Amino acid sequence: MISHHLPALQVVVPLMAAPLCFLLGRYRRLGWILSTLVSWLCLWIAVRLAFQVADGGQIQYAFGGWAPPWGIEYRVDQLNVLVLLIVSGIASVMFPYSWSSVQNEVDPEQQPLFFTCMLLCLAGLLGITITGDAFNLFVLLEISSLSTYTLISLGRDRRALTASFQYLIMGTIGATFILIGVGILYMLTGTLNMADLSDRIGEIGESRALQAGFGFLIVGIGLKLAMFPLHLWLPNAYAFAPSIVSAFIAATATKVAVYVMVRYLFTIFGHEFSFSAMYIHWLLIPVGLIAVLFTSIVAVFQRDIKRMLAYSSVAQIGYMLVGIGLVSTTGLTATLLHLFNHALMKGALFLSMGAVCYRLGNTLIDNMDGIGRQMPWTMGAFVAGGLSLIGVPLTVGFISKWYLILAALEKGWWPIAVIVVLGSLIAVIYVWRVVEAAYLHQRPDQSVTVVEAPASLLVPTWILVLANYYFGIDASFTTGFTSSAATTLFGAP
Amino acid sequence: MLAITAIAVVRFRRLFTVVMLFGIYSLLSAMIFVVLDAVDVAFTEAAVGAGISTVLMLATLVTTGRHEKPPRHHPLLPLAVVTVTGAGLIWGTLDMPGFGNPADPVHHHVADRYVIESPREIGIPNMVTSVLASYRGYDTMGEVIVVFTALMGVLSLIGIRRQRKQSTPPPENSATRRPYPVLQVMAILLIPFIILFALYVQFHGDYGPGGGFQAGVIFAAAIILYTLNFGLDDAMLLAPPKVVLRLSALGVLIYAGTGVVSMLNGGNYLDYNALSHDPLQGQHFGILVIELGVGITVAAVMIAIFFAFAGKTEKQ
Repeated sequence: MISHHLPALQVVVPLMAAPLCFLLGRYRRLGWILSTLVSWLCLWIAVRLAFQVADGGQIQYAFGGWAPPWGIEYRVDQLNVLVLLIVSGIASVMFPYSWSSVQNEVDPEQQPLFFTCMLLCLAGLLGITITGDAFNLFVLLEISSLSTYTLISLGRDRRALTASFQYLIMGTIGATFILIGVGILYMLTGTLNMADLSDRIGEIGESRALQAGFGFLIVGIGLKLAMFPLHLWLPNAYAFAPSIVSAFIAATATKVAVYVMVRYLFTIFGHEFSFSAMYIHWLLIPVGLIAVLFTSIVAVFQRDIKRMLAYSSVAQIGYMLVGIGLVSTTGLTATLLHLFNHALMKGALFLSMGAVCYRLGNTLIDNMDGIGRQMPWTMGAFVAGGLSLIGVPLTVGFISKWYLILAALEKGWWPIAVIVVLGSLIAVIYVWRVVEAAYLHQRPDQSVTVVEAPASLLVPTWILVLANYYFGIDASFTTGFTSSAATTLFGAP
Repeated sequence: MLAITAIAVVRFRRLFTVVMLFGIYSLLSAMIFVVLDAVDVAFTEAAVGAGISTVLMLATLVTTGRHEKPPRHHPLLPLAVVTVTGAGLIWGTLDMPGFGNPADPVHHHVADRYVIESPREIGIPNMVTSVLASYRGYDTMGEVIVVFTALMGVLSLIGIRRQRKQSTPPPENSATRRPYPVLQVMAILLIPFIILFALYVQFHGDYGPGGGFQAGVIFAAAIILYTLNFGLDDAMLLAPPKVVLRLSALGVLIYAGTGVVSMLNGGNYLDYNALSHDPLQGQHFGILVIELGVGITVAAVMIAIFFAFAGKTEKQ
């Protein structure tokens, strides 16, 4: 019986755990234990679902017993089960980590709120991924966004409030655009179910209203995923949020937004409309390439390492957009691979910075002189994650960039391949700056001596680092899943 | 008129005026919704937009001051963005299916079944409630959680001021705290009717416009009216913040719990048919319970948010 309800439970469990966690109130440790257990349960459910759809099938779950398109349905296929695995996997690594980190960075009175919001955010992200209904997606997007704004504002720095407000304004505009887009689609088709939408959009043919809806959706989602000129909210939000929040949203939120983009372009509008009629790739490729070059260069000049990683995230999103824009199975595979792999590497990097922040109180590069010797495991994790970010062979970063370059060469667009390599070279520079400070500089005499971060922070960090190498050496699982998902997306009319 | 109000909102620098104009804007849009035959939406807009949010914005004004700072940067780029967006919308709408045309896709497909089948499948006359609470009940649950999440946000930023300890002597300015006996009497007279009306809206949502969202807001309005007239401390004795906060979580759990119960009874999540041996009765019962959950959460959240703002105001 349970296995039938798995798709609903995937979201309902964290959703119901959130008010429970809030009711626990001042029993903060219980709240944390609850949220950790819930995150593990979510991972277990996601793994079960992944086994069920591994052969390319679909699972449908109708809420309230109303058959779609009248009711809301959840629909699991290979594409979103991959994202479910990332989100719940990252959560199950980060929730255990959060206790020590949060003790250090968040006011004790606000910690129950913190865990409640983490659960809400998790539930929202999982829900966006699993749902097969365009409006339900919007509702869950609101849940995850609102809780993210709250989480960011809990940062210790006063500037966290401004960052959160900036994100709130941009995020709300994005959400409104998505709502307008969904409204137009509903007006044209009379349905909100994604599969049904895709059938009916095919029948409409040339329609300016449809094109306007498409535009609104793309801009709205673009705001959410920090597509290049719309990325301005992201660096501040990541830099001033509590470390665990930066790590969690960097590894999951933008990935989910990329998934939504793929879902809209391929499933709902269909690749023929998106690419042959709307020429969306002529937007995505330039925007992606500029993001790769420009924000990578900006990243080199950051003093705060969390901020540097944030800019690097915008660049990585650029790679994903280029992958979509190449309009080929290989390109889309590269995007999906990078989606998975980037979650692993950014997760590891942000967690190691969280450990640095735990000991130093901030992540400014000036304060990190010589800490490589005092915090060998933490900085080791950073270097290992950094290698993956650069794309050194045997890491996951190499796999996804390899696919991206292959896809570009398949089309004969070699300049794209050159820019991808160039982006990696710039990544070498910014990762090297940290390595230089941490290992080659002497620790200044008057500075406080730091010791290694506690095991509760190191173990989750290293789990992610090892995942970077595991999936880098044996990529059969990820490549198998992503390429078959990509083939399905192109195969479906 | 809507457009004139909107432009006025942007032009005025006196925030007090702006808030009042927002209220007018909401009432105007509520009227438009009535004209469009969307009574439920109009009801919500009037209660939330014109009522509660105006009060909340006024509470904010007390803490922040009444005048907007003159803008620092040039409005040219934003203006360009807004113009392009607006042009896009208009350009898109030119090709839209004609307004009110009964042959439009939006009136067929799913809507057909909602209109024709819902009395038989769900058994209540108000179709909006059928769609809201049953066909798309999961979305409504999401909305309730959005409201709950908003409360989390407010709490994390402001927090509710703790109750004044009983031992502290009553403040000297008690004269300023109870200045308007006429208003107080009126409030006492009105509050029972407001609460009664809230309960009517709550339980009558199956038949007429209304439901948990509106009822919750109206109920909260009663408490807020009390607070405005008798001061925050008395109101907190009436509705202790701890209880209010717990209720906000409880409402969500009632809603989500209904889903779990239907799951345990062998149906899908939120399948009310499984709640009773008779599907229609199950639907009735399910909708009643979840609307109750909605009402509790919405009322509790509104009161808690108002307390948070009011507490902030009194501190200064």
